[in-house]
Amino acid sequence: MAVETKIMNCIMCPLGCEMTVTIEDGAVIDVKGNTCPRGAQYAKDEVTAPKRMLTSTVGIKGGLLPLLPVVSAAVLPKGKILECAAYLRNVTVQAPIKTGDVVVKDILGLGVDIVASRDMEKI
Amino acid sequence: MEFIKSADVVVIGGGIVGTAVLRELSKYDLKCILVEKEPDLAMGTTKANSAILHAGFDAPTGSLKAITNVRGNKLYHELEQELDLDIKWTGSLVAATTDEEMKTLQELLERGKANGVEGLKILSREEVLEKEKNLTSVKGALWAPSAGVCWPFGAALAFARCAVQNGAEVIRDCRVLGFIKEDGRIAGVETSKGVIRTKYVVNAAGVYADEIAKLAGDESFTITPRKGEYILFDKTACSSLVFGVVFPTPTKKSKGILVCTTTHGNTFIGPNAQDMEDKDDHAVTAEGMNEIIASARKLIPNLPMGAAITEFSGLRAVSSTGDFIIGASAVAGLYNAAGMQSPGLTAAPAVAEMLAEAIVKDSGAQAKADFKAKLPKKHIFNRLNWDKQAELIKENSLYGRVICRCETITEAEIVEAIHESCGARTVDGVKRRTRAGMGRCQGGFCGPRVTQILARELNIPVPEVLKERADSHMFYEKNQAQGGEA
Amino acid sequence: MNQLYDVIIVGGGPAGLSAAYSAWENGAKKIIIIERDRELGGILQQCIHNGFGLHHFKEELTGPGYAHRCIELIKDKPEIEVLVDTMVLDVLRNKTVIAVSPAKGLLQLEGKTVILTMGCRERTRGAIRIPGERPAGVFTAGAAQRMVNMEGYLPGHKIVILGSGDIGLIMARRMSLEGCKVQAVLEICPFSNGLTRNIVQCLNDYDIPLHLSHTIVKIHGEGRVTGVTVSKVDEKMCPIPGTEFDIECDTVLLSVGLIPENELSRGLMLEMHPLTSGPVVDQHRQTSLPGFYAAGNVVHVHDLVDFVSEEAEIAGKFAALEAQGKLDKNMRTVKVNPIDGVRTCVPQKLSLPQGGEKAKLFMRVAAPQRKVRLEVKSGDTVLVSRMLPVAKPSEMIAVEIPAEKTALMGDEITVGLKQ
Repeated sequence: MAVETKIMNCIMCPLGCEMTVTIEDGAVIDVKGNTCPRGAQYAKDEVTAPKRMLTSTVGIKGGLLPLLPVVSAAVLPKGKILECAAYLRNVTVQAPIKTGDVVVKDILGLGVDIVASRDMEKI
Repeated sequence: MEFIKSADVVVIGGGIVGTAVLRELSKYDLKCILVEKEPDLAMGTTKANSAILHAGFDAPTGSLKAITNVRGNKLYHELEQELDLDIKWTGSLVAATTDEEMKTLQELLERGKANGVEGLKILSREEVLEKEKNLTSVKGALWAPSAGVCWPFGAALAFARCAVQNGAEVIRDCRVLGFIKEDGRIAGVETSKGVIRTKYVVNAAGVYADEIAKLAGDESFTITPRKGEYILFDKTACSSLVFGVVFPTPTKKSKGILVCTTTHGNTFIGPNAQDMEDKDDHAVTAEGMNEIIASARKLIPNLPMGAAITEFSGLRAVSSTGDFIIGASAVAGLYNAAGMQSPGLTAAPAVAEMLAEAIVKDSGAQAKADFKAKLPKKHIFNRLNWDKQAELIKENSLYGRVICRCETITEAEIVEAIHESCGARTVDGVKRRTRAGMGRCQGGFCGPRVTQILARELNIPVPEVLKERADSHMFYEKNQAQGGEA
Repeated sequence: MNQLYDVIIVGGGPAGLSAAYSAWENGAKKIIIIERDRELGGILQQCIHNGFGLHHFKEELTGPGYAHRCIELIKDKPEIEVLVDTMVLDVLRNKTVIAVSPAKGLLQLEGKTVILTMGCRERTRGAIRIPGERPAGVFTAGAAQRMVNMEGYLPGHKIVILGSGDIGLIMARRMSLEGCKVQAVLEICPFSNGLTRNIVQCLNDYDIPLHLSHTIVKIHGEGRVTGVTVSKVDEKMCPIPGTEFDIECDTVLLSVGLIPENELSRGLMLEMHPLTSGPVVDQHRQTSLPGFYAAGNVVHVHDLVDFVSEEAEIAGKFAALEAQGKLDKNMRTVKVNPIDGVRTCVPQKLSLPQGGEKAKLFMRVAAPQRKVRLEVKSGDTVLVSRMLPVAKPSEMIAVEIPAEKTALMGDEITVGLKQ
């Protein structure tokens, strides 16, 4: 039975709690040092299937700026982040756009939408 | 692409000397062309020096340096109004900190008098402190009221623009590759842009003057680049530094590391002096900075180092003859203005007079009756009162958009700097003409905006805008994704 | 002469927006925000990453998302006027504000109160004296961030980042997502100056090496940057000869600190604090000059925008109260002295009415420490004491003093760390 402990910093919020995570046979059995339940969940995910939010930009035509900032509506598999970012580099949308509008639905079939993180009026 | 042009005189080098010569020659019925290898004027020694208009007590009496310095200083007093030059006549102090140095001041005073410098006076410690409260370590100083500081780039640009309004031509990005000679006489210049047929050539190529002379067949001198490094302080630091020009007592090698104001109200310390082999080495070194900080501390013990905003270096053109080289070369048709180290900036208008006189005499050219001496005054927004500023914005709304926040430079001034004669083509070109990017944030805010304005006004894509020299691209197109689907 | 404003706010970033909303909530009837950029939101508009708003909006937002929330709060309120593309040239001690814009020309505004919310700017290459050539391709991280996230251009392709502040770390990830190669992040200190989460998700995720106790000793390149020479540094942060190595790159991004933007404050001759580089304020964020308030990064550089908003809401509230003549005039001043490991504390003084008033202190420690006790004391009396598992210079510490405790204060209090 392989038990190991790992020091891990939670990245769920800027507090960055330092957590002691106990792992047995690839599964998290104990988390200490987290100040909220999100920390424990993060530790479990990080050991089994790490996930990340993605923020990037897409092109936009007819708006005040040439770029529109976007964010993933939920976390994406960490290993797919670069691929998603590369995909977004070729996306261009048309103003007007409202915060929360879906820019890319179900990116790369991962079940997560990419949404606008600001308004962009048509000019 | 390649042209064939013809001229009476080709001036090589768009620094302070080349542009002053061009302006002087444009007073006569001579077709003059100035060629500059860089994308902008004054990118060599002229853009990185102490910017001092020296009184003229340094150089040995009777030397070309001494004669042209004293005459040049007088000419700047006359040209200031005509060309709307940015000059502060601050006077200068040579500060002595030991009895030995006090003796040297006496020598300088005597030499200055012999050179024809007016108003020199040795001041007591108390008199010095009245002028500069931070010079706490001085025993006394030599006061030269006729000295001042100028904006050397602005002066070179004004000389060039005045020449252009009198028919001269300025070609940038144009490197001299060789000379055409007929019967042993200069008959043309081969450049990277084509051939210019000409009778006369003025070699004002700064640290490269020896190489240009050699190309023409004149191997009578060499030029050694001598690097000087500087540290520039924010305007807010001047009250803890100096309000004018302060030299230490000079040594044989250099006038020493000074503490000095600029026409824009900044203060700098420097330069040191290091002989170089590479004429393109403009690197600032940690050792050099430590050297100038240590030396400046001898004059001002409490340097406000936290207020430093930039460091830069310049190369002085030191000639193998020890003096300026001005006049006709052994190669017929070639005139040299070489070895123009300090006080070259001050001397430039006087050097220009000497060379123009020689060429006019040889060519029999006549003075133009309609020489336009005055340049139109530029609006410097941040030096105007509120009423004037309001008026300007009504005339041109771009005066209402401040692009450089540190120096309060408006979009209108930047657009004008791009479109005026000999206008800016690069980000640093805009900076030198308008001061956008010269302040405490060093272009952090305005650099990208200036890049975009340049692209718009020159009608080129943003990625083609350069900071300064070839290949100095500011920004690139965004990467296209590989394998992504739109 | 122009109309009289209750509150004039210089700067339309998060601090200015939060101050405006709070002034409105507290009864100010005529408020104006003056913003120099083309739109409101300040630097948040270019900070497209998430992690903002957990304290203030109880929700994780991106920078533009946070700005959007702040803008929504002040939008369509007849009491709040907004000027964008308008630069304040001068603020006079009589609360006259001079500003220019292409659309409105030169404006002269009169206020009963003025709130300074100009934010901060980045330290440059010149300020830290990096030797070498001066080619294109050396940018502050924030300038590069604006180009990549708002203007649509890249600062370069092969990148070295100097400084491990949060902007530098965020930019390391951002450039990686843009398909660029980030060669290394260099930090002259033996510890990182950014949030731990950013080390994890911005560097470790992308296998970007972080070299602590290293700095650039030379920048190479004639036209564009071609590389840097890097050296290890000793405890005094001096390069150690013989440890140099070269890294090839076409871009150097600098994330070497932020400086409050206080040219207007200096022009007003406000009392300034040498360590925060911002004006000295009381807990209402009133400066040394009555009627002038300051909040956000112009006072001291924050690491969380949430605290900027919190501070700005205080400034907005008290400016509004002052404009309405509702500010208590009989207050005593208590000096706040940071000691024993606490480097800075804002506010630097408290203005207390009879019976005291709740006050929150924001501190930065001088060096990283573990398991220390933070104590707020008046003489020998401990007013507040809190255990800190970790205290880092990069993470601001906030501590609240209840009203009844402030009533116990003498003429000065101390905030310090105890092992």
